Amino acid sequence: MSPDTSAAPGEHRLAIRRLLDQGTPDRAAVDAFLGEHTFPLIEGMSVTFVWRGEADSVRLRHFIYGLSASQPFARVPGTDLWHLTLELPDRSRVEYKLEIERNERSEWIQDPRNSLLARDPFGANSVVHARGYEIPEWTRFDPESRSGTVEEHHLHSQALGRDARVDVYLPARFRPGRRYPLLVAHDGGDYLAYSGLKTVLDNLVHRVEVADVIVALTYPGNRMVEYADHEPHARFLTEELLPFMSERWPLKNTPDTRCLMGASFGAVASLSTACRYPQTYGRLLLQSGSFAFSDIGPNPRGPSFAPVVKFMNEFRDRPMRVAERVFVSCGQYESLIYENRSLVPLLQSTGMDVRFVEARDGHNWENWRDRLRAGLSWLFPGPMGMIYE
Amino acid sequence: MSAVPRALAFLGPQRFNPTLGAVVAALGIEGDLATVTAGWQERELEVEELHEHLGGRAVNLELHRRGDAVFAADPEFAAAYRRRQELFREMQAIYALRLDAAMAACTALAARAGHARLLEEERGAALEVVRTLDESHAARMNDVHAEFDARWRPLERSVLAAERAELARLLANVDALAIAGGHVAVLANRLRLFDVLALSGDRPVIAWSAGAMACSERIVLFHDHPPYGTGHAQVLDQGLGLADGLVFLPHARRRLDLGDTERVGMFARRFAPRAATVLEDGAALTWRLGAGWIADPGCLRMQDDGTLAPLGPLGVAA
Repeated sequence: MSPDTSAAPGEHRLAIRRLLDQGTPDRAAVDAFLGEHTFPLIEGMSVTFVWRGEADSVRLRHFIYGLSASQPFARVPGTDLWHLTLELPDRSRVEYKLEIERNERSEWIQDPRNSLLARDPFGANSVVHARGYEIPEWTRFDPESRSGTVEEHHLHSQALGRDARVDVYLPARFRPGRRYPLLVAHDGGDYLAYSGLKTVLDNLVHRVEVADVIVALTYPGNRMVEYADHEPHARFLTEELLPFMSERWPLKNTPDTRCLMGASFGAVASLSTACRYPQTYGRLLLQSGSFAFSDIGPNPRGPSFAPVVKFMNEFRDRPMRVAERVFVSCGQYESLIYENRSLVPLLQSTGMDVRFVEARDGHNWENWRDRLRAGLSWLFPGPMGMIYE
Repeated sequence: MSAVPRALAFLGPQRFNPTLGAVVAALGIEGDLATVTAGWQERELEVEELHEHLGGRAVNLELHRRGDAVFAADPEFAAAYRRRQELFREMQAIYALRLDAAMAACTALAARAGHARLLEEERGAALEVVRTLDESHAARMNDVHAEFDARWRPLERSVLAAERAELARLLANVDALAIAGGHVAVLANRLRLFDVLALSGDRPVIAWSAGAMACSERIVLFHDHPPYGTGHAQVLDQGLGLADGLVFLPHARRRLDLGDTERVGMFARRFAPRAATVLEDGAALTWRLGAGWIADPGCLRMQDDGTLAPLGPLGVAA
């Protein structure tokens, strides 16, 4: 995404340029301009953002690693209209906010002209879809898909020293007499709320792209501790949660039918648990893992990453085959893309079967949602070609 | 048409447009029906909704359960059967490997510009390679079936024969056989294992979705957009031969790009002279002695030019 600050070739065709070429537009011309288009305005690879109002400055605050996180809008002289045009590579998906500064006070707001929002645990961001990006249809509610169920359960974890909530997803037409693979999802509540995991599972299971699967959706306590290569967490999953699940639901209970999944620190927790209990989990789904490491000296990401860096440095020094299949995904606009790209050949060197998928997206739940089909259908493929009901 | 003249009905998916009851009535079937739901596998006995739709006049043949019982009681046969299935899977994987390469040539030539006449000839030749591969695969599957049957004589094995005797008793009291969809390979295997069509004599057969596929001349698996792989349709096996000259495609609208004339046309030409037949939800294709084949508007034939047309008159006769 590069800022379009000068009159680049072809820019004259952009709507904002046509407005600017009129000289100083009057209020009616600005009204007409805003009424004629929807914003952000996608014109080829160019995306024009606008904001209208009195301010000292307006900035685009986005979450794209590699670009200045703050991109200034320009004011159309003599008006209260602010604008910024950027180029976004095709198929990009970018979350952002607007920063409005008035009287030395700044406020981050959602783009009032953009109804497209992506929610996350911190609220919601505005979203722009570049040319060619479409929300995958399998992430949307499909009335043809039979609905699975999600039930809330609790167990006391001696390893973690706390009550542990586990929501259990059972696929539609679950039958106690049949045995199922098990998927353990870190940050399960967030996957449900922000990645639409239940809808995705319902659709992919209904379309037989993913096998009928039982999912244990876990909730962290202090995730920055528990997910950072924390031995009690690995013990909780393996020595407490697995037996808890096996006693209550019909699981196939073989390594190739167990998968750990997680995003960000959840991916670290997945990999580190698999390392502590090798060959217990035959499948790993690692999304935008916070796989920070240092070749020499300290890692600059701060103290919360220290246990992760220690774990990753040890893993990089002595990589081990802990599972059969590992699916890794990461956004190209994340600071972690380097770490994730670096991880792939390391995993492959151990003999694990690894698939890696990149997307023009950031470190967010909808990026992780959009990669679920590729990951789950490879880790737990359904008999798609065989079923015609 | 089957070797035994009998009324037939092949239906599209029934979940959203159930037409089974109406077709049963139209065929004049007034007595009980035997249902086959082996394609539902472990859910085989969850037939309440189906049997209710049939007015309660139904008995389930429990082919999936009976198959498992045979394998449990006859381990020698079970082991041989398992080895045969493993061989089938390996054959399918090798066929898929060769098919990908052959279809890649077809796709590349379809997209290539240049000397029109030369390209037309080469496209035809490339498709002929695919057709030859399909035929060779189907023939090999047939050979394996024949060798297995000759070696193991399944119908003469005591456990299986006892189950067949029970099936014959059940079928003697019904007027028709209704075969549901589901897992097409499992369904076809169970129907073949017990040779249910032979046991059912000249009773009408009504089959839908995978049931129709299993009863057709050739079983073709299809999906244009799988999460992985190329999405090339694959010949799975010979069907049970109740409908010569037809390849049934239920759920085609969900799984195929029916608006892509290039793909649809290639599909039609690949399986010709068999008619690649889309069965829309609830569609019905029936055959009755004296009336011949009657296709409702939901039965669509893929044409060589990539369009869909009403199935129309069929060149298959009783």
